[in-house]
Amino acid sequence: MASEEIIRSEGRKNYLNAATTVKSWLLTLDHKRIGLLYLFAISFFFAIGGIYAMLIRLELVTPEGDLLTPEFYNRIFTMHGVTMIFFFLIPSIPAVLGNFCLPLMLGAKDVAFPRLNLMSWYVFMIGGSMMLFTMISGGIDTGWTFYPPYSSIYSNSQVTIAGVSIFVTGFSSILTGLNFMVTIHTMRAPGLTWFRLPLFVWAQYATSLIMVLGTPVIAITVLALAFERTMQIGIFDPKLGGDPVLFQHMFWFYSHPAVYIMILPSMGVISELIATMTRKRIFGYNFVAFSSLAIAVFGFLVWGHHMFTTSQSMYTGMVFSLISYAVAIPSAIKTFNWTATIYKGSVSFDTPMIYALAFLGLFTVGGMTGLFLAALGLDIPLHDTYFVVAHFHYVMVGGQLIGFLGGLHYWWPKITGRMYSEFLGRISAIIIFIGFNLTFMPQFILGQMGMPRRYHAYPPEYQVLHVLSSAGASILAVGFILPVFYLAWSLIYGEKAGANPWRASGLEWQTPSPPPTENFTYQPVITHEPYEFEHVPEIKQDREAELQRA
Amino acid sequence: MNPSLLIQIPFFPEQASNFAFEIDLFYLFLCALTAFFTVLIAAAAIYFLIRYRRRSQGEVPEQIEGHLKLEIAWTVIPFVISMFIFAWGAKLYYQMYTHPKDALEIFITGKQWMWRAQHPDGQREINELHVPLGRRVKLTMTSEDVIHAYYIPAFRTKTDVVPGRYTTSWFTPTKVGTYHLFCAEYCGTQHSGMIGKVTVMEYSDYQAWLRGVPREKSPAEAGQQLFTSLACSNCHVENNTGRGPSLQNLFGTDVKLANGATVKVDETYLRESILNPGAKVVAGYTNDMPTFQGLVTEEQVAMIIQYIKSIGPKQGAASTTAPSAASPAPAAQGVERPALPQAAKPAAPQGEQPKQD
Repeated sequence: MASEEIIRSEGRKNYLNAATTVKSWLLTLDHKRIGLLYLFAISFFFAIGGIYAMLIRLELVTPEGDLLTPEFYNRIFTMHGVTMIFFFLIPSIPAVLGNFCLPLMLGAKDVAFPRLNLMSWYVFMIGGSMMLFTMISGGIDTGWTFYPPYSSIYSNSQVTIAGVSIFVTGFSSILTGLNFMVTIHTMRAPGLTWFRLPLFVWAQYATSLIMVLGTPVIAITVLALAFERTMQIGIFDPKLGGDPVLFQHMFWFYSHPAVYIMILPSMGVISELIATMTRKRIFGYNFVAFSSLAIAVFGFLVWGHHMFTTSQSMYTGMVFSLISYAVAIPSAIKTFNWTATIYKGSVSFDTPMIYALAFLGLFTVGGMTGLFLAALGLDIPLHDTYFVVAHFHYVMVGGQLIGFLGGLHYWWPKITGRMYSEFLGRISAIIIFIGFNLTFMPQFILGQMGMPRRYHAYPPEYQVLHVLSSAGASILAVGFILPVFYLAWSLIYGEKAGANPWRASGLEWQTPSPPPTENFTYQPVITHEPYEFEHVPEIKQDREAELQRA
Repeated sequence: MNPSLLIQIPFFPEQASNFAFEIDLFYLFLCALTAFFTVLIAAAAIYFLIRYRRRSQGEVPEQIEGHLKLEIAWTVIPFVISMFIFAWGAKLYYQMYTHPKDALEIFITGKQWMWRAQHPDGQREINELHVPLGRRVKLTMTSEDVIHAYYIPAFRTKTDVVPGRYTTSWFTPTKVGTYHLFCAEYCGTQHSGMIGKVTVMEYSDYQAWLRGVPREKSPAEAGQQLFTSLACSNCHVENNTGRGPSLQNLFGTDVKLANGATVKVDETYLRESILNPGAKVVAGYTNDMPTFQGLVTEEQVAMIIQYIKSIGPKQGAASTTAPSAASPAPAAQGVERPALPQAAKPAAPQGEQPKQD
């Protein structure tokens, strides 16, 4: 029935051409358009963050601090972190792909609160504008971790306004998380029980939980910092009677779970990609679904592992280390299940699959090196060195960004109705994989050699590895710039995608590409589990066409 | 354990402390584990990818629900491995956090952007640290401004240096040489310039070096002078006859507070009582003491504490008792500053850790 409906609705108005005025975009309540608004915003911030990254890598080619002044370098690495984390990584998959896909996957017309959804975007843009103002008016030099008393008393940069910017942006996260949770609870199509949900939805649910519960804590923390800075209220600075380590507890209570805000949605994307590209049900669906929730819950109990050298008591350190190993297990379970899914599948090597495989490799290394840092005695020498920088980028870029790009390439035909050049797609995914490893593998070695992070100049024995890393970064940049061109090209010259180019089983592929404003012209009714590819009508047609040819 | 078993591997800092060998061994074990699992997953994935590549556009493979025994296996095996890693890491951490009682104590102050060190007999140095081979060395550290971290890669030790509190770290240097000293916690503009050199010397060379450095007053002597010049001595007189409690034979003991609680007199408590006298008032006294916040530097506070230690109970090595040590050493040398008594034993046996297994 669904496929007949799709054919009938082909050629009708879709969400992109239903209205074309600027006003129709800026005041849209359509989750798909809001997703695209986020895509533009975060791409902009990603470009800024990327320029900062290139400046850092250029400076570090030589041991002397000769390209940038120390003041400038410190601002650059701080704003690289702040921009990438708060304005790219955290909103990327939930706000872009989540917004676009979630109602489609649930068979719903929109999210539960469309107006709130638009407001989230505006709140995000206000926060983002404040961050841009921060950058133009001198930037911040505290590191993205904002540790006082440096940030509260000693730094002469724009800490207060940056803090307020993060405070404001946090509300965008909270509102989006709330919206998604209510949507998942209340907007599921008839027959779409919890265990028929795609794993992407489970991952979004777990992420939303962290957003709603964790983000208020960072909001309080940066606000307290702003109070201490502007009004000398002693909260963190010992000279004012405060405790600087208290800030670290509060900061990491959010910022560790925030790491899972960044990685969980990506895990959800990878589940979709691997299932479709191998035409297999995800091996151990329940285990993968519940490991998302386990990560969300345990993620709140491990913040102290950022503070093993911070004079917290030895036994506190031991407890946090122990729980950190507990949170590693669900990630291991997911990795094994994804690998097992490929077994006896029907594997296609389209661009999204290349990204999924890159994720699998990079996330394994990123996750395993987390075991080094959670090990108490070993974290002592590795803490605050390039080992941490490398580990973090393996998880965040290798895990989250790769997942985002894979998801973007996977849903691109649905979003735009067009196919991009498959050749360039695969090539750029491979360039990113190679460039990434060349950039960050040397940083693990730098860390084990003792190179501290956030150093503007460094002893000459570290130079060779820094040069390798910078060379890798330039390859990585090519891999990031290529998609901008071929994706833009596809908008005009790309082949028409059709409703289901990947022969996927998800509900979002049972409606035209691009979808109509109301998502479905019929009421979807779900009668089976996700990832049941024998029900996909396009595969049946392919099979019949092959038989005829034979 | 013989540290020289592991001959210098490329891409490692030199192994110059008692912790270095085992930490490197642990690191290499985890590298091997990472390589094993990465290769395992990559090999399985590549084999499956080639073996099960799509051969016809219309094919739908047979579906597999999952496999409970496999799920249990790849939950339990990683769990067991991770518990082993936890235990090894915790054991090392315990050793690093359990400070020996007979260590040479050096006081470190971090300040934007330099490191100051003061040796027990008063010798000072900036952005350098000279330590004798084979002796246990304990660093007691604080910061005058923001958070720093004292990181010696060759020793595999790193401790945050936090304003408003004392942190400690210890090691036994095992190899003569000059090594990097880094500030590892971002501390502002010249963070990457807050570096220095750690020099490990033969014990006799260290003694000669100490003699060569212009000797100022020892911290305890300087503290005694401050004790008088800041008029502490007006109230804190002997035999509890003044407005404040006597500080004789105080250090390391437990005192009862006005609120009924008991507190152990260690560096942290003394420091707090100097800078924030009202926080923990001793039973039987009222808080008449003004705060010395802003009137004394961290180094001066440390000197006063050294003085109070030096007039502490004579049992045990008063000036070398670690604040975290559970109880004062029962018996010992009986000299006032026995950190480096002439009778110190030769280097080799002291290189061992005090609480090894």
